[in-house]
Amino acid sequence: MDLLEYQGKILFRNHGVPVPDGKPATSVSEAVEAAESLGYPVVVKAQVQIGGRGKAGGIKLAKDRAETEQHAQAILAMDIKGFTVHEVYVESASDIAEEYYAAVIFDRGRKMPMVMLSRMGGMDVEAVAEEDPEAMRTVHVDPLIGFQAFHGRRLAFEAGIAADVIRPVGDMLAKLYEAFIAEDAMLLEVNPLLVTGDREVVALDAKVTIDGNALYRHPETAAFRNLSDEDPQEQMAKERGLTFVKLDGNIGILGNGAGLVMSTLDVVKQAGGEPANFLDAGGGSKAEAIVDAVEVILSNPNVTAVLFNIFGGITRCDEVANGLVTAFGQIDVKVPFVVRLDGTNDEEGRRILADANLPNVHVEKTMLGAAARVVELADAPRS
Amino acid sequence: MILVGKDTKLVVSGLTGREGTFHGMNNRRYGTDLVAGVTPGKGGQDVEGVPVFDTVHAAVAETGANTSMIFVPPRFAADAILEAADAGVDLVICITEGIPAHDMLRVYTHLKRGSTRLVGPNCPGVLSPGKANVGIIPAHFFSEGNVGLVSRSGTLTYQIGNELAQRGFGNSTIVGIGGDPIVGSSFIDVIALFEQDPETELIVMCGEIGGDEEERTAEYIAENVTKPVVGYIAGFTAPPGKTMGHAGAIVSGSKGTAQAKAEALEAKGVRVGRNPTEVAEVATEVLGARA
Repeated sequence: MDLLEYQGKILFRNHGVPVPDGKPATSVSEAVEAAESLGYPVVVKAQVQIGGRGKAGGIKLAKDRAETEQHAQAILAMDIKGFTVHEVYVESASDIAEEYYAAVIFDRGRKMPMVMLSRMGGMDVEAVAEEDPEAMRTVHVDPLIGFQAFHGRRLAFEAGIAADVIRPVGDMLAKLYEAFIAEDAMLLEVNPLLVTGDREVVALDAKVTIDGNALYRHPETAAFRNLSDEDPQEQMAKERGLTFVKLDGNIGILGNGAGLVMSTLDVVKQAGGEPANFLDAGGGSKAEAIVDAVEVILSNPNVTAVLFNIFGGITRCDEVANGLVTAFGQIDVKVPFVVRLDGTNDEEGRRILADANLPNVHVEKTMLGAAARVVELADAPRS
Repeated sequence: MILVGKDTKLVVSGLTGREGTFHGMNNRRYGTDLVAGVTPGKGGQDVEGVPVFDTVHAAVAETGANTSMIFVPPRFAADAILEAADAGVDLVICITEGIPAHDMLRVYTHLKRGSTRLVGPNCPGVLSPGKANVGIIPAHFFSEGNVGLVSRSGTLTYQIGNELAQRGFGNSTIVGIGGDPIVGSSFIDVIALFEQDPETELIVMCGEIGGDEEERTAEYIAENVTKPVVGYIAGFTAPPGKTMGHAGAIVSGSKGTAQAKAEALEAKGVRVGRNPTEVAEVATEVLGARA
């Protein structure tokens, strides 16, 4: 789960990581109200979890009420790299003496948390890594021991940050690590980590990703909404407990098991088609789940054909076939379906489909055959 | 045959649950020596004649169980894995999906320092056809043979295994290593076992987007594996930043793409099929050429 900047900063504050004062706003009037209570100057920041907000014009300094109004108006109407801005964060402006970079990352390769510090902050990390790889210092932390003071000192000295802030930056890294563990984060990035003119160390930005599997123990985080990253179709699927990702194409896909569905998307693409979605109906897919899934797939108006690719293990092909028959009874289906059933009870499943004689449902025996067929049907002129 | 076989004595944590009973009994019908179940508070009961204990320690002491299967909900699973390891079993196979990644970080780090091997979590288990099945793999599709199969995915494994079966190949062992970011056994761990296993003549590895295990494995194969390896990678069409069903299946920026993984394997001489059917065709070609 990707958090917006202001949501990440709420978690930071809870763990003692210093951040400037600020308030989120969803309208121009709320933004002005926030600015008036904080005092000028303020910074109006677009709330989307994507790099390059500043360059896109999504972060603006406002010296007074009129400027706040003007910037909030402009930013709330923006679309940044495909993310629509629904909220701004109005924050007290900070004066900038130094800009560093800090992060804690779940390093799945090394299977340890990795803490990072660089004296070159405020810009694209990947660009910095290319320009000066030595500038980024990293340490891996034994998760059973945790982040130690020496980790912070070592990073601070090696990164070559200003001598007078070595201790406070080390302290901030320790608090970020504490937040990373306590909040079940997969990523926690501060860019820039700011040293103010008064030599205060603050987190000026917050990019936080939380492990979705751990949200049950973080109900407050789970309640955060990120409207800029919510697709109505993905929301609909989520509410029905389906694993769904929207894609750009026109061929609706349903399969059972994440690996098989990924493979199905690839095979459709190889056959010259463009998948409209990833949908894993899960192990042991029951008839009701199939009805739900068909509704979600067809709610995308781009879909011109649908492919069911089922390899029955725990999932029984007869259950899937029954689900499809039920779905066709409840929904007015206007696009062709290609259904490939293999594995547990596949013959029974195919017999159910044959008996039901559903309009425009084509049964195929192999995965490749089914992919070729659905691509052909998806591109055929509609009668 | 690796990991599970005729010597396996299985204890199931969560045997009394609906899924635990269903799959535990399935495994027993297949011929797996299911010796015990564990459910705290239900010690003294039985499930279709299999004794249930309150703790894994008691189950191991009473029955000599050497392999544990974890079938408990995600929030209790890390604890159950640690309990099984603490009770001294050699192998823990964790089926549970949805365990928090930080829990697995601690479990992984702890187990690495001891002698218990973990397979999974979020995996379909391990099947040695004709010998033992521990997990949820539908065993009736597979027969004994010389292909070792290791995969991050369940149903995709069945698909590939079935395509191999249609061409007359059976399996020494099928290992689902799991779709989570942190799993107990890597491709390298399992391939190392297949390399030592006399029954295995060909290794099929089935990877997917996310992380860099496949890339590391390519390096390992080049330096350590003499048996032929055929690869498959799922997720060429996955967009960056989206989790594709498995918690571990995510392209992060430019890292973890299917393209990079397939190229890494091919650069080290591993032939990679473009789809499950092609994997079976390549395997047929390789084994045919060796015969």
